[in-house]
Amino acid sequence: MNNRVLFVMPLVVFLVLAGYFAVGLTLDPKKLPNMLAGKPVPDFALKPIKGRDDKGFASADLKKSVSLVNIFGSWCVACQVEHPFLMELKATSDVPIHGIDWREVDPDAGPAWLKKKGDPYALVGDDPRSRAAIAFGVTGAPETFLVDAEGVVRYKVVGPINKALWDDTLKPLIDKLRQGGAS
Amino acid sequence: MRILILVLLVVLSAGPSGAVDPREILKDPILETRAREISKGVRCVVCQNQSIDDSDATLARDLRVLIRERLTAGDSNQQVVDYLVSRYGDFVLLKPPFKLTTLALWGGPLLIGFLGLAALISFYRRQRMRQSAAAPPPLNDKERRQLNDLLDGDPS
Repeated sequence: MNNRVLFVMPLVVFLVLAGYFAVGLTLDPKKLPNMLAGKPVPDFALKPIKGRDDKGFASADLKKSVSLVNIFGSWCVACQVEHPFLMELKATSDVPIHGIDWREVDPDAGPAWLKKKGDPYALVGDDPRSRAAIAFGVTGAPETFLVDAEGVVRYKVVGPINKALWDDTLKPLIDKLRQGGAS
Repeated sequence: MRILILVLLVVLSAGPSGAVDPREILKDPILETRAREISKGVRCVVCQNQSIDDSDATLARDLRVLIRERLTAGDSNQQVVDYLVSRYGDFVLLKPPFKLTTLALWGGPLLIGFLGLAALISFYRRQRMRQSAAAPPPLNDKERRQLNDLLDGDPS
């Protein structure tokens, strides 16, 4: 009896370890929890980037309608991948996209990038010292936050958004938020 | 000889200094020490197994500057850490806090240790029991006499 327990012990240990690895190895350590989900957007007030004569971008601007906040930078390769889809969204959807131009070493780089490739943003703020980025809990660009009309963060996308993500996740969420806001 | 001593002094006095840029360092040595202390416990979210004190990443640099600004503004160490946790979650702490979700993490090794100890004790106890069970009953008088006879080799 006792020997039999000892005999199957290695198998049990193996199965337990295999179970841990099966779960653990599929987790992405780059994906941090969205600490802001369900919380108001952090307070920030960013200056405009060069070449845009608006007032910049501040947290108060997010309390008007459902909107997207996109953290980007001209130095960021994945943002280049994402950029055409943001342009497409600007043309086909009525959700305002706001940009946080994150950590430009050269203050002219962000504006030049937008001038060359097109500017999908309603408002853009300059964040050279990561103040807003840290407040949002950003770990890398691009990241996109879905903010409801009350200025509460509802969803976070790490990495570029694309058509599939928009159709499957963001668009349904936005529709739901808008219905909720109307009632 | 003097040069040798000089070289030794320089080499021996050089400790790890982290990635802190001299321009970031605060004038107040007490605040700077506190900033370094916090930085050593905060994970760099870009290069995840380094602390922001060790990391060259620009975001780590910005976090170090932010920590120093908050300390200068009068925040306690705990307030600074709480702010970072509220933005990035417990994950930014290199030493995870003890709470319900980390119970298995902190309690697991202890539990396994106890199980091992219990297994060890039961093993020795059983072994002793088996030894006493396997010991033959003592000889009776007749048997003892026979044995003595055999050993003496002199039947009488």
